[in-house]
Amino acid sequence: MTARPSPFASTAIERHTISILVDNEPGVLARVIGLFSGRGYNIESLTVAEVDRDATLSRVTIVTSGTPMIIEQIKAQLGRLVPVHRVHDLTLEGPFVERETALVKVAGTGEKRVEALRLADVFKARVVDATITSFVFEITGQGEELDRFIGLMAELGLVGVSRTGVVAMSRGPGGI
Amino acid sequence: MSAATNETSLTGADIVLKALRDQGVEVIFGYPGGAVLPIYDALFQQNDIRHILVRHEQAALHAAEGYARSTGKVGVVLVTSGPGATNAVTGLADALMDSIPIVCLSGQVATHLIGNDAFQECDTTGITRPCTKHNYLVKDVNNLARTLHEAFYVAKNGRPGPVVIDIPKDVQFAEGAYRSPADSMPKSYRPQVKPDLNRVEEAIDLLAKAKRPIFYVGGGVINAGPVASQLLTQFVRMTGYPCTTTLMGLGAYPASDRQWLGMLGMHGTYEANLAMHGCDVMVCIGARFDDRVTGKVSEFSPNSVKIHVDIDPSSINKNVRVDVPIIGDAAHVLEDMIRIWKARGKQPDKAALAEWWEQIEFWRARDCLRYDKTPKIIKPQYALERLRAAISGRDDVYITTEVGQHQMWAAQFLPFDKPNHWMTSGGLGTMGYGLPAAIGAQVAHPDALCIDVAGEASILMNIQEMATALQYRLPVKVFILNNQYMGMVRQWQELLHGGRYSESYSEALPDFVKLADAFGGVGLRATEVSQVDDVIAEMIKVKRPVIVDMCVDQKENCFPMIPGGRAHNEMLLGPDEKVENATPEDGMVLV
Repeated sequence: MTARPSPFASTAIERHTISILVDNEPGVLARVIGLFSGRGYNIESLTVAEVDRDATLSRVTIVTSGTPMIIEQIKAQLGRLVPVHRVHDLTLEGPFVERETALVKVAGTGEKRVEALRLADVFKARVVDATITSFVFEITGQGEELDRFIGLMAELGLVGVSRTGVVAMSRGPGGI
Repeated sequence: MSAATNETSLTGADIVLKALRDQGVEVIFGYPGGAVLPIYDALFQQNDIRHILVRHEQAALHAAEGYARSTGKVGVVLVTSGPGATNAVTGLADALMDSIPIVCLSGQVATHLIGNDAFQECDTTGITRPCTKHNYLVKDVNNLARTLHEAFYVAKNGRPGPVVIDIPKDVQFAEGAYRSPADSMPKSYRPQVKPDLNRVEEAIDLLAKAKRPIFYVGGGVINAGPVASQLLTQFVRMTGYPCTTTLMGLGAYPASDRQWLGMLGMHGTYEANLAMHGCDVMVCIGARFDDRVTGKVSEFSPNSVKIHVDIDPSSINKNVRVDVPIIGDAAHVLEDMIRIWKARGKQPDKAALAEWWEQIEFWRARDCLRYDKTPKIIKPQYALERLRAAISGRDDVYITTEVGQHQMWAAQFLPFDKPNHWMTSGGLGTMGYGLPAAIGAQVAHPDALCIDVAGEASILMNIQEMATALQYRLPVKVFILNNQYMGMVRQWQELLHGGRYSESYSEALPDFVKLADAFGGVGLRATEVSQVDDVIAEMIKVKRPVIVDMCVDQKENCFPMIPGGRAHNEMLLGPDEKVENATPEDGMVLV
């Protein structure tokens, strides 16, 4: 006897971007993070900020990876946290945009400094701080794009990087 | 603050008491301390809510669990800050694992001292976050009433669980406005109780076509209230299909019924485990495919279509992949199942079912719970069989247990025909659970017979609660199967560690008869088979707390047993079976 085939049969590791709407109350981030560490799930990236001051709601974006069964578990576990209003798997629910911002500090002089500035232009990174011997670039884009830019800067006097982690939103008119 | 609010302004401590009254709370279990003195003061000045003073905060939690499980109400606990809260942690984790509704109020140091390492300060919400369903720190007295009501809502709705409310001492003194329960619904928490009917239709179709069906039922049916057990019984009888229950589900289906195959899992019956292994359609209702139940997951019931009914979406597809998930309250789902089964005029496949029962009866004929009945020594199973005989026919018996061999024997040998009469620490496996849980059940049912089936090691973990039993004249019975070993540890050491009994023998045990006497209770002992019935009769007759020291066979092991890492069809039925190769290497790491 058989039922319809299960979507959870696959054991391939998938990367999913999950958006969560939560009450902005003390401890809510600890609950989300504790769930991931306590149950052994991966967090590739996690961002959070208040998005509705009147309703005191925050939006959390998590990038995680696992088998389809694990991803389903993660969403179910998130869904049963009391302060969680909604859980959306953007990866499953259709096209979405994903962005990340990085601040990249590069120090150097001469040809390397010129090359850094030229590459920044190519990548559409903005200069947000400059001294005679250094720049801080601000770059926004997909994670891989940031990785490539930072990789190139490593050759040109990279001092340090600060990244926001991923924020994401579905395409089209629908809300969370 | 407006004039209207001023009129109803109360201190935080009074708000706590008023909220508890409005929630219908009649009894709380607790232990005072510096950070909860204002609440204890308010408690002193009223008569509606009874306080049971325990002797250790862990016991307050277990007593509240016993109270909750035997009544279906929320158990309420009051403890102080720091060590009061940390002592409560084991009980909270226990209630979380077994889905027991608990509201635990803890005192906290004053808000301006939080984070200063003040005396008896700990980060209670931080420590209890992973072992509660939810927790709160209330820093503003005006949020106190709403938070209390919300806590009760969260504790009992959806999959039940423990909720902690941490209340700083200055908030208990401060004055603020009261809010009613109706005015205090949580903003976001709305668990789904009604199932998707398409899924129920699909399940009924599969069930009607089944040739080798089985019901696999857990504690979720008991949590859904007595009506769920009635509906389950009705549906199982309507179909004529076999039914097995988990440790937590005992009592959800009458144990005296022919269609019940006994408990399944590691120490479950031969017929229940083989039926699970061989079935073609499995309906799991309110159980969670726990590792004690499934054995080796990759070989668990390999040829069945699995239907899983659970109120908690995170229980679905967690350990075992299921084909038809149904999210909802067990009572609602069973009601829909019965209605749809009747409406569609479904009938079981009678020929296939007869064949299936014939197979099951063949397995049942192995009589897997039989043991060597010797007149020389008291077998623990014999003691429980005699206890069963002594309590049969009574419906006012509540059984609790500690954790270990005695717990499994109690599950195997005692009769549970109704829900809410059996309380054991299933998920967390907490030694020391049984005595305080029996106290909680006895508080709820003062005239009932509350028996803690115990081991001599477990009972010592919360033996101080004998004083609680005496103080409140609670005639609980502690029925110790004393083999002088941590029996389950010894059994595993015998089967898996070459008989090296590392630290599992208790060299210095108290004289339990004198111990009962010292607490002011009654101590009884049986060392010979001929004494067993008299001791049990006397235990039941005495209307005071009793400790029975039943001196049983030291070497008896608990069978049947599925060794770690083995499948349902690889059970050990008794000591004569080969144990050398009982567990494969990858099974050794399993608990």
